[in-house]
Amino acid sequence: MKKLRKYLFLPLLVLLAFTLSACGHKDQNVYQKVEANKHIVWGVRADTRLFGLTNVKTGKIEGFEMDLAKALTKQMLGKKGTASFVTTTANTRIPLLKNGNVDAVLATMTITPERAKQVTFSKPYFPAGSSLLVPNNSKITNVKDLNNKTVLAVKGTTAVDDVHKSAPKARVLQYDDYGQAMSALKANQGVALTTDNGLLAGIAQENKGYKLVGGVYSDAPYGIAVDKGQTDMANHIDKALKQLQANGTYNRLLKKWFAGIPGFSLKGVLK
Amino acid sequence: METFIHAYSWVDIRFLLQGLWVTIYVSLISIALSFVVGLILGLIRYMKIKYLSAIVGFIIDIIRNLPLLLIIFFTYFGLPQLGIVTNPTSASITALVIFEGAMLAEIVRSGIGSVDPGQMEGARSNGMSYGQAMYHVVMPQALHNMIPALLSQFVSLVKDTSLATIIVLSELLYHAQIIYSQNTTYLIPMYVIIAVMYFIICFCLSQVANYLQKKYNN
Amino acid sequence: MWQIITNNWGAFLTGFWNTILCSTIALVFSLILGVFFALLEVAPPKFGRVIAKIYIAIFRNIPLLVIVMIFYLIVPRYIVKLSGFQAGTIGLTLYTSAFIAETVRAGINSIGEGQMEGARSNGMTYVQAMRYIILPQAMKIVIPPLGNQFVNLVKNSSVLAFVAGFDLMYQAQLIAFSTFQTIDTYIIVGLFYLILTLPLSYYMRHLEKKLAK
Repeated sequence: MKKLRKYLFLPLLVLLAFTLSACGHKDQNVYQKVEANKHIVWGVRADTRLFGLTNVKTGKIEGFEMDLAKALTKQMLGKKGTASFVTTTANTRIPLLKNGNVDAVLATMTITPERAKQVTFSKPYFPAGSSLLVPNNSKITNVKDLNNKTVLAVKGTTAVDDVHKSAPKARVLQYDDYGQAMSALKANQGVALTTDNGLLAGIAQENKGYKLVGGVYSDAPYGIAVDKGQTDMANHIDKALKQLQANGTYNRLLKKWFAGIPGFSLKGVLK
Repeated sequence: METFIHAYSWVDIRFLLQGLWVTIYVSLISIALSFVVGLILGLIRYMKIKYLSAIVGFIIDIIRNLPLLLIIFFTYFGLPQLGIVTNPTSASITALVIFEGAMLAEIVRSGIGSVDPGQMEGARSNGMSYGQAMYHVVMPQALHNMIPALLSQFVSLVKDTSLATIIVLSELLYHAQIIYSQNTTYLIPMYVIIAVMYFIICFCLSQVANYLQKKYNN
Repeated sequence: MWQIITNNWGAFLTGFWNTILCSTIALVFSLILGVFFALLEVAPPKFGRVIAKIYIAIFRNIPLLVIVMIFYLIVPRYIVKLSGFQAGTIGLTLYTSAFIAETVRAGINSIGEGQMEGARSNGMTYVQAMRYIILPQAMKIVIPPLGNQFVNLVKNSSVLAFVAGFDLMYQAQLIAFSTFQTIDTYIIVGLFYLILTLPLSYYMRHLEKKLAK
């Protein structure tokens, strides 16, 4: 029995230690923590071309937001600052932020009043707006045409509410990420995919035979989110963002990712 | 046919194998830990300890009757609210251990129950303590009886790891989804190959279970 | 927590209803398919046995989520349009039927050859013997394990959340990420699942004890 006990309880102890070791993140000043560790954990997306997409060759996530996060990290913490990335989806990013898994979320997140009750936003860093992606031969030209039709979206995005407002009779199906939503569009599960124009431009670029229509039917600027009340962190992000916009880094990154993308204009985006 | 050749380029295969490795790694750790948890909980249920067994039994019943998907959400979003920071890997393993541990506890309980009570009495009357009798006499037979059920539960566990894509665990299915969402002509080749990969792992495990079942029945 | 329920009562009910609907349809058809393949596997023709073995092996050893995704993403593109609910229910039916087939086959095998031979020597055909002698006994044995399969089926119906099937889990996700009350929402949804699965589990345990006597 002694032997049995030893064998049984050892792994349990390991499990206990492993779960307890990560305690105690609540109510601390995130900025002081990242400043001390010289390290920021960013919540990002891995399913959106141009913003953040997993490169199958390297397994790493690449995109505008990745570059911006790295630049912000250096700007805030100096040359020694390092960034690491946690993949989030539209429906996991807020819980992960509130739970302390990530220090800040830079993941195509639109600033909305409802979300502002849950998290603190930086100044907008990208002026996105909801738009539509349809097959080239589609008869749909704007959001009103979606009434009585099925439109596809991603769980937890603002585009869902925007469709409900602009086309109340549309039926909305929601998926966990853009890969699944786009696969569903190709499987004819709906007539259009709706989300922000920047994301759709990226999706259109990799999927021949699909186009953006209807222009922007609702403004949805992106902000960087930190947990509610972490104003210190938000202020430092704002300051760093302003510096990047002033020294030309921001424009350089924008051009690197968005220059020449069909259906997307840099006019009014560049600072 | 050409699509298949392109889809199975070394870059893609290597990416899938990375996902497969996560699937296997998460499965192995979860199998080992859930077996231990199942063994302990099953014993507690079987021994009918005052209050403790009833409480444990109640908790097991609750867990067994909830979808694994829900338990994954609880560990990923819920544990951090108790101050335990999780990542997709630790949350998935924790969820699998909790869920499969409860399933295994039932198997263990009925496995021990299937051993003739006379065995225990005999061992006790020969001067063994309860613990000794359980460890040396009852448990070996019980384990022998429950091997087929255990193995088929392990097969379920391997398949269930795919549900963790919902919290972005970068396992086999998730890696396949990344590849085909970037090039949708690869949709079919990807599902073909991951179905084959899952099949090979699970079929081999199932065959071991069948073999042991036959051996046991004889 | 109470507010989440009252504010989203309609959404919860839609999910609850779709989960019940999907489970019931899958239950009926997986039972039919399962018994069919079990009979095919024990019947004399070699060809049928091989077919049944392959069918069972395939659907038992591939994750349910992969099966459902194939019906949701690939089948509609080439064969027939399927909604998330339909694709999910079909996937769930096929998946569960393989487990039911295994259970029923084990039940039939446990009856023993002697019964079949006895019935045949009394002038019954194979089908008659199966229908009137073997199956009724086998069904009695397999009821408890079948009950477990049904509980699993209800739980597994949660994969509809991946394909926008409007089941409980899908609605839960939408409610969780619009109210931001993640844990509370999942606790409520957990209770909804328990309403379906717990009575079924306890009834099966009761039945098992009764049959064991």
